[in-house]
Amino acid sequence: MKSDSTIKSLDPRITRADIPKDENLSINITPLDQWQTYEVFHQAKKGDHHIHVGSLHAPNPEMAFLSAKEQYARRGKCVNIWVVKTADIFTTDFEDEDMYETNNEKMYREAGGYKVMERINKYKKEHKKNPEEAKQ
Amino acid sequence: MSDNTQAIKNLLFRMADDDLIIGHRNSEWTGLGPILEEDIAFSSMAQDKLGHAQALYNILHSLGEADADTLAFTRNEKNFYCCHFVEYPIRDYDFSLMRHFLFDTADAIRFDMLTNSSCQPLANLAKKVRGEIKYHTMHANIWISQLGKATDESNIRMQAALNECYPLALGIFEKSDYESVLIDSGVFDGEELLQKVWTDIVSEIIEKSNLKMPDINEANLSTLAFGGRKGYHTEFLQPLLDEMTEVYSIDPAAEW
Repeated sequence: MKSDSTIKSLDPRITRADIPKDENLSINITPLDQWQTYEVFHQAKKGDHHIHVGSLHAPNPEMAFLSAKEQYARRGKCVNIWVVKTADIFTTDFEDEDMYETNNEKMYREAGGYKVMERINKYKKEHKKNPEEAKQ
Repeated sequence: MSDNTQAIKNLLFRMADDDLIIGHRNSEWTGLGPILEEDIAFSSMAQDKLGHAQALYNILHSLGEADADTLAFTRNEKNFYCCHFVEYPIRDYDFSLMRHFLFDTADAIRFDMLTNSSCQPLANLAKKVRGEIKYHTMHANIWISQLGKATDESNIRMQAALNECYPLALGIFEKSDYESVLIDSGVFDGEELLQKVWTDIVSEIIEKSNLKMPDINEANLSTLAFGGRKGYHTEFLQPLLDEMTEVYSIDPAAEW
């Protein structure tokens, strides 16, 4: 028999845990002082860019890999993972954001070429679908 | 149908029941794990185990047994062939981690041996689950090594968990009456070989993790560790089955 002084829950695991029912229970939450965050990047297939997928807590890179696999690679296919200590990433301040603004007259510097690449890929894709048509 | 069908079925039941019960046990950590990242990883591996159990029950179904749900949810304790080790409650995380390490090391070696099985569906399954199990053992090895070497407290707790789990883990290798048939017909190279390879791998990782292999007398273990493969179980299995089959018993056609 469980006494009345423990928490009863629909979840049998909670009831089994015999957690004392205490209205004045206070839990001290102190910030973690040992674990840091890691940023996770994954690569969908060989040759692709690694893409940032999120961050996680870990005490070292080995443990970061363990968590990264289940956090970020369990749903979609992935061939490779990078983990990087968040503290090792150098970043600019958002207040310097204006530095990156491009003036209209410098359009010639923009990577317009990528749009051509899209058209080439579209052409290739269409002709792959209809090889017979392509031969004619 | 060949002569070894009963033997194959027995092996499949032992493996599937182990995976189902350890999967269910480990899923009890879902939402209660020590940290969020580990909660997700441990739950996900528990789900993998249920998947392996289902795949093994499917092979049994193709050999004339009932379908996977019926096998998982309607048999009584007497007809389960899991080892005692997987039945014990999850206790503290040190116990659960150590069980995960000892069980999954054996699971990985067993599936590895089965990639050459003369039972084709089993060999195919063994090849298919290899990647998943590789992660399970990597996860276990890293945690054991981390906690074995971290602080005095973590080392002492992991050593205590090992001392308790190790003798129970030997129940994994309890032989069934079909042992020689399985070996002779090339289905499975046997529990003895499995245990030998397991002992080598486990001792190596244990020693690298600043832990010590327990000194045990196998003769004293009989009822604690053994009997599961013959349908004799610990007091913990029936309550687990009752909880696991609660929804199915109310409504076998329920979908969720």
